[in-house]
Amino acid sequence: MSAEDLHAALRDRFGDAVRDLHAATNPWIEIAADAVPDLLTFVRDELGLQHLNDLTAADIAPRPGEESKFEGEPRLEVVYRLSDFPLTRTLTLKVVLPRGSDDDLPEIPTASGVFPIAAWHERETFDLLGVRFVGHPNLTRILTDDDWVGHPLRKDYQQPEEYGGIRCR
Amino acid sequence: MNAVADPLLDPRTIEFDVRTDEMLVNMGPQHPSTHGVLRLLLRTDGEIVRECTPHIGYLHRCAEKIGENLTPAQYIPYTDRMDYLAAMNMNLGWSCTVEKLLKIDVPEKGRHLRVAIAELGRIASHLLGMGAYGLDLGSFSPFLYAFREREIILDLFEHACGARLTYSYLTPGGATHDLPEIVPLPPGLAQVTGVAEGTEMSWCDAVRRFLDWFEPRIEEYHTLLTRNGIFIKRTAGIGEMSAAMAIGHGCTGPTLRGSGVDHDLRRDGEEIYARHYEGYEFEIPIGPFPDAPPDAILGDNWTRFYCRMLEVVQSVSLVRQALDRYEATDGPFRIAHRWNQKLPKDECYLETECPRGQMGFGIVGDGTPIPVRTRVKSSSFCNLSVIGPLSVGCFIADVPSILGSLDVVMGEIDR
Repeated sequence: MSAEDLHAALRDRFGDAVRDLHAATNPWIEIAADAVPDLLTFVRDELGLQHLNDLTAADIAPRPGEESKFEGEPRLEVVYRLSDFPLTRTLTLKVVLPRGSDDDLPEIPTASGVFPIAAWHERETFDLLGVRFVGHPNLTRILTDDDWVGHPLRKDYQQPEEYGGIRCR
Repeated sequence: MNAVADPLLDPRTIEFDVRTDEMLVNMGPQHPSTHGVLRLLLRTDGEIVRECTPHIGYLHRCAEKIGENLTPAQYIPYTDRMDYLAAMNMNLGWSCTVEKLLKIDVPEKGRHLRVAIAELGRIASHLLGMGAYGLDLGSFSPFLYAFREREIILDLFEHACGARLTYSYLTPGGATHDLPEIVPLPPGLAQVTGVAEGTEMSWCDAVRRFLDWFEPRIEEYHTLLTRNGIFIKRTAGIGEMSAAMAIGHGCTGPTLRGSGVDHDLRRDGEEIYARHYEGYEFEIPIGPFPDAPPDAILGDNWTRFYCRMLEVVQSVSLVRQALDRYEATDGPFRIAHRWNQKLPKDECYLETECPRGQMGFGIVGDGTPIPVRTRVKSSSFCNLSVIGPLSVGCFIADVPSILGSLDVVMGEIDR
């Protein structure tokens, strides 16, 4: 089953919540944020893609000092990568979110009810990229410490001068 | 998790009779059995664990951010430092991902070289996993034997690429050097095989000599550890994980296969990676095993451990096949890859079979040589996520047993 077939199957079931299929080495399908839990449940149970390989996000924004070279709209892309056993099909789903700010993080429903591993991946994504997963049982930082400020994988992240009395720069 | 139906038949019943206050116990981050800096916060009721919360991140270096400031070729040394016990396999995973993005076609000779190197790395990694597991459970000697063997592999790697732990050897397009023509036999190997120290031979012959000596030794480890009555008591029937749970928690590698799921990317993986193993003959050990002790059940610590041990045997055969094919193949072992090669406006993601599970690398390019986003999905990260549910209802002393059977490396989890 190719990416086109998977796209068509999702389109049939979820209509406008499933948007375009984008060509890439790993083709990806854009979906609406609200549809995430239902859509992942459908993909897992009906399409048989039981393995959530990866859940992460990417901050598509200009690098510091390269604002003039940047094309398109700055955005956050939350990525879900799924596959089946044994590996015959892979599926990449993306939710495009506004970047928001530290006080107003972008929000998306949690997938931890569908895939248990999503709970850890979502904590990591929250920690490093600042995406708030609504309904997550324990959305706390996982790799950095609880009192860390900012989300390091954001392009505009400022490394702190010092942390816990230790000079960082 | 491990509760027996009738509490009176359960040897732990005494623990249920004596209700004590709950206590929080920090296991780690400097505990020797936590395999690096991992802190497990245990809520205990007497000897029984009621809740286990892992705290990770002590080794966090934000390797993904570093990857957004370097070209893919410059990033190779950072992949070494993730899973530092299987750095060759990490190099291979990253290189294959770059090749997938840039559509690089590695020559056949280079692929055989990579299989030989990657499978030797797997043997070294599983040996350490086995030795350290024995150590966790109080059996010291297997650790020393495992390190003796691993030392020889590290010597052989040193001859191939100059480094003993962080190799940066396999690169996009092939490898940095061809395998050396003439090397002195590693001193450890010369000693155990009774050959004069300093004897010179080709690298491939030195590896063959090592494998010939090593293969019969595997049976000794089984006698020492796998079929050791105490070891079986400490591992069999403990930490049972169903296939559904393993899949839901994203477990991969021997942790998944120990639960009876037949999945190995060397056979099932994407073309760009699986073609390295095309035409090779190997089996994929999957639980349950017919020669398991009666107490062992599918998905328990013992089965996961035994799965790893059987993989070592398969890797020995794979290295032999790879060396034969490498020597029989003419042509280049690599094709050129410029370190500052521009990346297309494209993205790709690839998982490869590392000793600990499926390691995923992802790259998003934007037309410059430096990726916009570098993603590293750690297999140990997913494997560790089951420690919480698996530990509930166990003795405190069983927690290191479960953790050791998952064989995690903190450098890879924290990245």
